[in-house]
Amino acid sequence: MNDGRWQDVFRSYVDSSFMELLRRDTPHLMPAPSTSASVAPADVPHGTTVIAVRYRDGVIMAGDRQATAGYQIASRRIEKIFKSDDLSGVGIAGAAGPAMEMAKLFQTELEHYEKVEGDNLSLEGKANKLGQMIRMNLQAAMMGLAVVPIFAGFDEKSGLGRLFKYDITGGRYEETNYDAQGSGSKDARDSLKKLWKKDMGRDDALQVALQALIDAADEDVGTGGPDFVRGIYPTVKTITRSGFGDVAEDEIRRVCEQILDDRKRNGNGG
Amino acid sequence: MPLPYYVSPEQMMKDKAEYARKGIARGRSIVTLEFRDGILLVAENPSTLLHKISEIYDRIAFAGVGKYNEFENLRIAGIRHADVKGYSYSRGDVTAKALANAYSQALGNIFTQDIKPFEVEVLVAEVGDANGGRNEIYHILYDGTIEDERNYAAMGGQADEIRRFLKDHFREALALDESLQLGVRSLTVTQNKTLTERDLEVAVLDRTKERRKFRRIPPEALSQLLGTAR
Repeated sequence: MNDGRWQDVFRSYVDSSFMELLRRDTPHLMPAPSTSASVAPADVPHGTTVIAVRYRDGVIMAGDRQATAGYQIASRRIEKIFKSDDLSGVGIAGAAGPAMEMAKLFQTELEHYEKVEGDNLSLEGKANKLGQMIRMNLQAAMMGLAVVPIFAGFDEKSGLGRLFKYDITGGRYEETNYDAQGSGSKDARDSLKKLWKKDMGRDDALQVALQALIDAADEDVGTGGPDFVRGIYPTVKTITRSGFGDVAEDEIRRVCEQILDDRKRNGNGG
Repeated sequence: MPLPYYVSPEQMMKDKAEYARKGIARGRSIVTLEFRDGILLVAENPSTLLHKISEIYDRIAFAGVGKYNEFENLRIAGIRHADVKGYSYSRGDVTAKALANAYSQALGNIFTQDIKPFEVEVLVAEVGDANGGRNEIYHILYDGTIEDERNYAAMGGQADEIRRFLKDHFREALALDESLQLGVRSLTVTQNKTLTERDLEVAVLDRTKERRKFRRIPPEALSQLLGTAR
């Protein structure tokens, strides 16, 4: 029978996927772990702390700017929060190289789907897709090159901001209010636990997010705090109904200054 | 075994070209105009779901006339080409020129090798960047012929009449609403009817936008731009 040709058309739902396209046509471009090395070198740059905080209008994502390799600072200015499409973003933690490649692949994947289908993936669909990408990285994760992002976005269906965290096997867990990932995540989470309030406005949410990052930088050697000498401040993005937006560096600096002044005045921080 | 009838290559090409032209002439037309902030694409298309105009990449748009399944295949192939290239090099390295060449090769090969040629014409447009970059518009025919157009381009059933009309009426650096009204007027040049926002599919490559310049204009905004809003 030669009915194979037209039947193939109905199996081609994977054709909307950029990842499947790479796998089929140009496998050398796939972010695949090299299988020859059994243990990854210890001093590969790692991204440290990223957080996502839900507030009234959506989600705020923030990350410090430092990449750490062993006991050395690998970079003071890397970006860890990436726009994945108009209504979602990824914060990366873990091995910086594979994580940034994953963010780029994820962003291309969402855009590719949108262009081919003429429609956006649901937030749920995007979160699952990212989980599959993390699972692909499992072998590298076992060698110490783990990538554990936070994914957050605005869900048009429910009209709410939502956020998801992952484990190295691609396991996907939805968090309701806030989450942190990376080496300083425990400290950031502790801070968020005390400060987070229901239905915060944007300014309060920004304040809470920066408090948490400053706490993480205070306790964790890998996480960088606001650097007033070089003028390097955390990255903060907002994701709301009206899209993915930057918080201006001026505003971030002002809030950081105010937080540190308060702490100085109150003799806070031990 | 009986010998197949001999058909001269000239005759075969002529027959194929005529077949493709007839198919294309049956379809409605698309017109593209350069305007102040970029490139405008206007199609007569009563369907809101089956698109003739589409985004390919940051600065690049696609339009197709003729047989839907054929230009839809070309459109998806173009998106793949662009996304893989942008992923492996950088976003800035994806150009309309390379894509138009690929379309030209593909359509040329199909025309000479397959029994049935594609009954399509496609258009690839790339908007120049904000500081004086040049726009590029490529028009690729069913047999792989490729032309680069300036200021305006038309394809589909009434392409010749539209082109003649635009030759007389086109002006540079029009605002979006003026340019749109001109485009719509050109589409009706051979027909005795007015097109409303429900008969049109309109998109722009807007150079004032960040990164992804492609933007569809929804019916509400369209009726405002056309000056028919109630």
